Amino acid sequence: MSVTSPAPTPETGTARVKRGMAEQLKGGVIMDVVTPEQAKIAEDAGAVAVMALERVPADIRKDGGVARMSDPDMIEGIIGAVSIPVMAKSRIGHFVEAQVLQSLGVDYIDESEVLTPADEVNHSDKWAFTTPFVCGATNLGEALRRIAEGAAMIRSKGEAGTGNVVEAVRHLRQIKGEIAKLRGCDNNELYAAAKELRAPYELVKEVAELGKLPVVLFSAGGVATPADAALMRQLGAEGVFVGSGIFKSGDPAKRAAAIVKATTFYDDPKIIAEASRNLGEAMVGINCDTLPETERYANRGW
Amino acid sequence: MNDTPVIGVLALQGDVREHLTALAVADAVARPVRRPEELTEVDGLVIPGGESTTISKLAVLFGVMEPLRARVRDGLPVYGTCAGMIMLADKILDPRSGQETVGGIDMIVRRNAFGRQNESFEAAVEVEGVAGAPVEGVFIRAPWVESVGAGVEVLAEHGGHIVAVRQGNALATSFHPELTGDHRVHALFVDMVRAERAAESL
Repeated sequence: MSVTSPAPTPETGTARVKRGMAEQLKGGVIMDVVTPEQAKIAEDAGAVAVMALERVPADIRKDGGVARMSDPDMIEGIIGAVSIPVMAKSRIGHFVEAQVLQSLGVDYIDESEVLTPADEVNHSDKWAFTTPFVCGATNLGEALRRIAEGAAMIRSKGEAGTGNVVEAVRHLRQIKGEIAKLRGCDNNELYAAAKELRAPYELVKEVAELGKLPVVLFSAGGVATPADAALMRQLGAEGVFVGSGIFKSGDPAKRAAAIVKATTFYDDPKIIAEASRNLGEAMVGINCDTLPETERYANRGW
Repeated sequence: MNDTPVIGVLALQGDVREHLTALAVADAVARPVRRPEELTEVDGLVIPGGESTTISKLAVLFGVMEPLRARVRDGLPVYGTCAGMIMLADKILDPRSGQETVGGIDMIVRRNAFGRQNESFEAAVEVEGVAGAPVEGVFIRAPWVESVGAGVEVLAEHGGHIVAVRQGNALATSFHPELTGDHRVHALFVDMVRAERAAESL
């Protein structure tokens, strides 16, 4: 790593400050919450951040219609209720929603496929913001395109609101597998790899050298149990997002704390077993192979 | 006695990997510490950046808090960055309910004192005991030190606020040297660990 000369005057919104923020979340669980009360339950359970939204993905799926940014009152209520970082979602390409979220002082913006996309060609220019962005990806090319647009954190998409971890596993394995493949490329092959991945050559080269993304990689979309969270960690996720899995379950406080424990001790089956006892009902869940293509959120984003 | 000190990084949550790398560059053997028994095997400990409420909860839950307090009282060299600084404070100004600290430095810390993420910043910081150019201070939702007791050395200030302190074998910074690739602050800590080992072996 090179040592650059320090900024003479304080500088906000630098790549290091944005990416560094995500580094602080590593090993942690980020939980979807829809009320200040839920946010407090999440914080008490040991969440490293909460995602403030009006409806959890399972309800967005059930209700249908257009899903948009949440009401600023609701986001501010949650910001006021907890001291941990608060994230909120904008629609893909809806940079005005993102501007609003920045003005509300959220700590991270999730440009999310869970909401109805506002632009079917372009994502938001995330370099234009002081607030850092997290974006979803199903494969390495998609992750690198988001990073090129300024994303400071990536989450594998999975299939939100299903309570089914199968897509989360698929996407994380895909990303990790493609990174491993790049590691094996010689310099001549990286140009063609960049073309294939539809990603900037410089980023492809950086990933080949680092053996990882240049930003933190979390997993999302379908984590419902402590074992699910530990599975994603063992597969290489640096932390997990849990959406509907907690507050759509029988005993949210207990399940939330259990998922936090299993995320830290992801490689210790005894602790995961202990954490998995008597959690009450898990969310019911949806079998992803019966989900029509048009209802797959992971397909959103380009 | 092997000359290379073994330094743990409390690995319950946070930017553990960056600290492990920085310590290795600063010529220590670095290893993650999550369990009480792992704590007994290290000559020094770094408490990383992360979420202080999460780290505190997990430390209590998994039985690390009490043994860590005991070792710090006995003079174990410790270094905390950001959330780690909060963990080393004898007192938090505005703790969440039930938020415990390890303590070790006679100071009162204000969490997220520099603001939310939009106010997070980088700035050059002159740190007492770190020779050469100023350190690149990366402040992320950073705390500052409201006040210190008589035994505490103030090592750095930014904007009129205390951002680096030392008391005996305990060191703390509001900012994250582990994110910069400049490992002079870690080298300072490794020196503290070496000095403690030398003193013990006398």
